[in-house]
Amino acid sequence: MTDPVLDIRDLKIALPKGSDRPFALDGLNLSVNPGEIVCLVGESGSGKSLTAGAIMRLLPEPHVRVAEGSIRFEGQDLLALSEREMKQIRGDRIAQIFQEPMTALNPQKTVGWQIDEVLRLHTGLGRKARRARVLELLDLVHIPDPRSVYHAYPHQVSGGQRQRVMIAMALACEPKLIIADEPTTALDVTTQLQILKLIRELQEKEGAGILFITHDFGVVAEIADRVVVLSKGEMVEQGTAAEVLNRPKHPYTRALIGAIPALVPPRPRDFRDAPVVLRAEGLVKTFAARGSLISGKRAPVTAVDNLSFTLRRGETLGVVGESGSGKTTVSRIVTRLLESDCGAVEVDGTDLLACSPRELREMRRHIQMVFQDPMASLNPRKRVEDLIAQGPIVHGADPKAARARARELLELVELSPAAATRYPHEFSGGQRQRIGIARALAMEPKVIVADEPVSALDVSVQAQVLKLLADLRDRLDLSVLFVTHDLRVAAQLCDRVIVMQKGRIVETGVTAELFAAPSHPYTQQLLASIPGRGWTPPDLATDAA
Amino acid sequence: MTAATTDLPRAEAAPAVALWRRFARNRAALLGLVLFGAVLVMAATAGLIEPTDPLRRAGDPLTKPFTDWAVPLGTDQLGRDILAQLFHGARISLLVGVLATLLSIAIGVVVGALAGFFGGWVDDVLMRVTEAFQTIPNFVLLLALVAILGSSIEYITLAIAIVSWTAPARMVRAEFLSLRSREFVDAARNLGVSNGALIFREILPNALPPVIVYASVIMALSILLESALAFLGLGDPNHASWGNMIGQGRAVLRTDWYCAVIPGIAIVLTVLSFSLLGEGLNDALNPRQKKQ
Repeated sequence: MTDPVLDIRDLKIALPKGSDRPFALDGLNLSVNPGEIVCLVGESGSGKSLTAGAIMRLLPEPHVRVAEGSIRFEGQDLLALSEREMKQIRGDRIAQIFQEPMTALNPQKTVGWQIDEVLRLHTGLGRKARRARVLELLDLVHIPDPRSVYHAYPHQVSGGQRQRVMIAMALACEPKLIIADEPTTALDVTTQLQILKLIRELQEKEGAGILFITHDFGVVAEIADRVVVLSKGEMVEQGTAAEVLNRPKHPYTRALIGAIPALVPPRPRDFRDAPVVLRAEGLVKTFAARGSLISGKRAPVTAVDNLSFTLRRGETLGVVGESGSGKTTVSRIVTRLLESDCGAVEVDGTDLLACSPRELREMRRHIQMVFQDPMASLNPRKRVEDLIAQGPIVHGADPKAARARARELLELVELSPAAATRYPHEFSGGQRQRIGIARALAMEPKVIVADEPVSALDVSVQAQVLKLLADLRDRLDLSVLFVTHDLRVAAQLCDRVIVMQKGRIVETGVTAELFAAPSHPYTQQLLASIPGRGWTPPDLATDAA
Repeated sequence: MTAATTDLPRAEAAPAVALWRRFARNRAALLGLVLFGAVLVMAATAGLIEPTDPLRRAGDPLTKPFTDWAVPLGTDQLGRDILAQLFHGARISLLVGVLATLLSIAIGVVVGALAGFFGGWVDDVLMRVTEAFQTIPNFVLLLALVAILGSSIEYITLAIAIVSWTAPARMVRAEFLSLRSREFVDAARNLGVSNGALIFREILPNALPPVIVYASVIMALSILLESALAFLGLGDPNHASWGNMIGQGRAVLRTDWYCAVIPGIAIVLTVLSFSLLGEGLNDALNPRQKKQ
């Protein structure tokens, strides 16, 4: 048995006075052996990223500081080191991979220069040797044509390639420990899978210990050797991946795993006789790229290309695809927040795209939207009741009656009516999204367009909001156009699914059939990329209470 | 029945109370508030100090301060009471400062909001006009306007507003550019809210905090501009203003320096109070900048 590369004992991180809890991290014990991937799992606010900060000694001191405990790296206490000694270690023997490679890379420097910088700081290699090593590293992370990427700027390569560059940077000095802080969260599923495979492969080759921070149990199932579960700063469970994933002991872990949407679509319901409430016909949206004087005209981008679909009453139609597939553009066009180049959107037989501005304002009550980011979509300077009552008031409802109705709606979305006089920032993410749903319902619309309504939420909250949406849909007979990138979420809620790629529909069908037997290669690839698809969460429903 | 009904967060203090708490945390801002209060008191009590006319002869010309208690701060070369002029001057300075600021902010908000919200050719036209104003040096334009309009106090106020609306216009435009693409604007639009209501009821309240902070700067600048005009002898001679006092005191600066220095100190303290207030307002209105 070898000594662990990283050994954390009783780590406590103190938060400034007046925070919701005194310690961001309260008594964490964790060790990472060489050649092992340890996943640190928790929801937002669990203190998992601060752990990374503490190891790298990059906490925002003195407000947030290590109060107690020790962090030993190869037997050396990191907390006792001077800033100077720490600089020697960072990037050399401990490397970090960040969540968002676009912001973690300097946009003004070429990719090659940035990897070169790590070598320049930590090795005595000459210019030629460094260049050779950089190219070797780029090759190692499977970047096609390393020579051209060497001279490229970060914005010129794709998101997945940027993350590969970050990994190459982390590997530059053959570190003993790599801290990966949500390295795949910003990526599409297919890219995510490739990156996870890459990390696995490199780790086997290089033998470094990896501390992998994530919120996604799918990713954990994909990559972890051992798992540590954090809840509000406290370590609630620790064990091998198989143990924690299949036989979770702590109620919190059980709840988290129970909240993961199963990949089992609902039983198909029959809508053939229901009337069509929303019909899109031949939608096209091209974004003309405005070229500058110097760069000349750039080619226009076709975001949506000849798209048609129908939505029947009571039905939920999922629009799934990766970023750049045009799914969000679709949601904006059918609500006419974005003008389509041609085509028609019929809501109950009236073409929304042909309406005059006055008619359009009248029509808007029939098609309402639930937005992705519940913080950004609620005006921060309005009280909740005003936010919910705004729509009806605009359409001529009596303000007093509309506010009274807003309180009823709050109850409908399972919020206390006392929330009515509060401002949005006083609520948690899930509560805000409930307010957003109440606002959409206030108009009693015929169609609700939900644009990634749960992707900004933690898994457990996500499950609650999805359940609420499904409940409301069944009770109020709502027709929902549900845009999402997450196939697990789509499987939960959608009766039918449209799969989009590069603005086109590649496949459409009843969810259960499409998931069981995808016919288009892209759909097959998407389904195969769902993290943790080989792992079926244990059925914990019986003891969830 | 669910957890969501029960775990509402603790009620927060009313917005106004929270605002005051954040403001009061800044000591310098409180000093600014005290100074500003002093100027307000001076303006309010000017009628008690000198009920008839601050420009009448009150004693022997060039009486030194603290020698004659009928005229505690002495008199200028025409025998006018410096204390009375100082108090009445506070009125003029505040009047010019407040009105010119309101006017310039109003122009700036309308121009900036339209340009930022609609973009396209509206933005192009409005911004070229703004640039045209910005390229002419402020004070030269002010002199030209006063030369054309005449130097009564109303026109001076108007002229100051005309030279100082460009900065708030650019500021509002920048705020609108970033706010108009936020989801809550789309959400309101999706409810059927009209463009006018979108601009003034949805976006503007969110765009105002930095503008309000900047208003304190404009206020200070307006007072300085008015004083500078008066110093050059272009002020309204029918009113006692601090600038007029310095302008006339200049003639006797070597022998009787206090004629110019006393109003000078008043201007320095007033301008200082505005900029300290601005600091405090910035802390109070944009708490996010400091919190994290």
